[in-house]
Amino acid sequence: MLLIECPWCGKRDESEFSYAGEAHIARPLETEKLSDIEWADYLFMRKNPKGLHREQWLHTAGCRRYFNAERDTVSYQIKSTYKIGELPSSEGKA
Amino acid sequence: MSYHQNWSAAWRSPEPKQQYDAIIVGGGGHGLATAYYMAKEHGMKNIAVLEKGWIGGGNTGRNTTIVRSNYLWDESAHLYEKSMKLWEGLSQDLNYNVMFSQRGVYNLGHTLQDMRDIQRRVNANRLNGIDGHVVSPQEIKAAIPHINIDQGCRYPILGASFQPRGGVARHDAVAWGFARGADKYGVDIIQNCEVTSILQENGAVTGVETTRGKILSPKVGVVVAGHCSVLADMAGFRMPIESHPLQALVSEPIKPILDTVVMSNAVHGYVSQSDKGDLVIGAGIDSYTGYGQRGSFSGIEHTVSAIVELFPIFSRVRMNRQWGGIVDTTPDACPIIGNTPVKGLYFNCGWGTGGFKATPGSGWVFAHNVATGEPHELNRAFALDRFVSGLLIDEHGAAGVAH
Repeated sequence: MLLIECPWCGKRDESEFSYAGEAHIARPLETEKLSDIEWADYLFMRKNPKGLHREQWLHTAGCRRYFNAERDTVSYQIKSTYKIGELPSSEGKA
Repeated sequence: MSYHQNWSAAWRSPEPKQQYDAIIVGGGGHGLATAYYMAKEHGMKNIAVLEKGWIGGGNTGRNTTIVRSNYLWDESAHLYEKSMKLWEGLSQDLNYNVMFSQRGVYNLGHTLQDMRDIQRRVNANRLNGIDGHVVSPQEIKAAIPHINIDQGCRYPILGASFQPRGGVARHDAVAWGFARGADKYGVDIIQNCEVTSILQENGAVTGVETTRGKILSPKVGVVVAGHCSVLADMAGFRMPIESHPLQALVSEPIKPILDTVVMSNAVHGYVSQSDKGDLVIGAGIDSYTGYGQRGSFSGIEHTVSAIVELFPIFSRVRMNRQWGGIVDTTPDACPIIGNTPVKGLYFNCGWGTGGFKATPGSGWVFAHNVATGEPHELNRAFALDRFVSGLLIDEHGAAGVAH
């Protein structure tokens, strides 16, 4: 069972959370100018890395707020959690 | 009598050659089937299957072995039914007993909407020539005496679809049978050989770099399930795939108690009994992505609570082993089979939670695609570019796909 640290509530059991997919996917601006390929990239294509992954979680049974996490997808160890709109402490850029 | 001491190896373990006419990356059921049908149907004998671990050690050895073809949409129904027809003659074709047992598959419905979807799917199946009918709780009870059809529980069983031709097969035997069959045609099966990069020149594939050296080939077919994003990244393009752990577990062996396959999406679990006697149990994927071949404890609890709801008599059966596979899920719960932006490089992936049933059919269409360079009619709709055109084949829920 994972112990996940919500940036607002602190450490809680995995069962309180819902997974919400890859983080830092920005909706493109000027969508009327997007090609079909660019739409597909935004909507469907995912990094799905083997290793460090930045992803969104929702504290469903807690504060009900989204936050981001850096997690190793092989060991499942969560390296850090940080609020939406912030960047992970390990790196200045998303 | 030699007490099983003198069995000869069923396939060779050759050193990799420098060059092949085609390379298949991934020695699971799908990859071995691809090589087998390339040799058998397309006359290509100079093929290597590269496997980073041991053959059949990935999802082929980690699933719950259910075979069915009752998918809603025409594209998937035709593909899975092709596979079903191959299953029906597979032991004879390979001269290897894959223990395909058509004991039938029940997909339970627990809500009125479940039942409407089941009726629609069964009608669609019959129009596509696929067997199936809708059964009542009483008919289910008559066939499966230990199932709980109490109408007072939280998710009562209101009925089911039944596909009599569905069933189970012996997963290891499928890998071994295809391996032996391919080997007889001269296919080199190379284990402990991990691909580390995909070599390209002028937008066309020229071979692969591996942990056992460089191997050249103008055609490379990638059939690596959970690791397809990793391989696509090596080749320089992106995939609409997320890899998740999917776990399963088996009980201690018990006397025969369940002679068919029971699946439920609403309470989310599926169960059958192997010939050895153990209950083979599975459910949905873990919610987060991952490459670690194990599932979460909450996943086990979720799974067994569903099974105990359906079969209260199983509540005190002890579970023996539990394991996880890494499944490659797509946004529309359908596979991606076909050409890629790199010439000569083909991908067959995205089977998600339901790849085992497709093993022979997947190999059969992908063999055509790799051998000829063009998709077969049966896999044309499953191209990677459907995510650009928007022509998705949305089997989520529609086909009783458990996610």
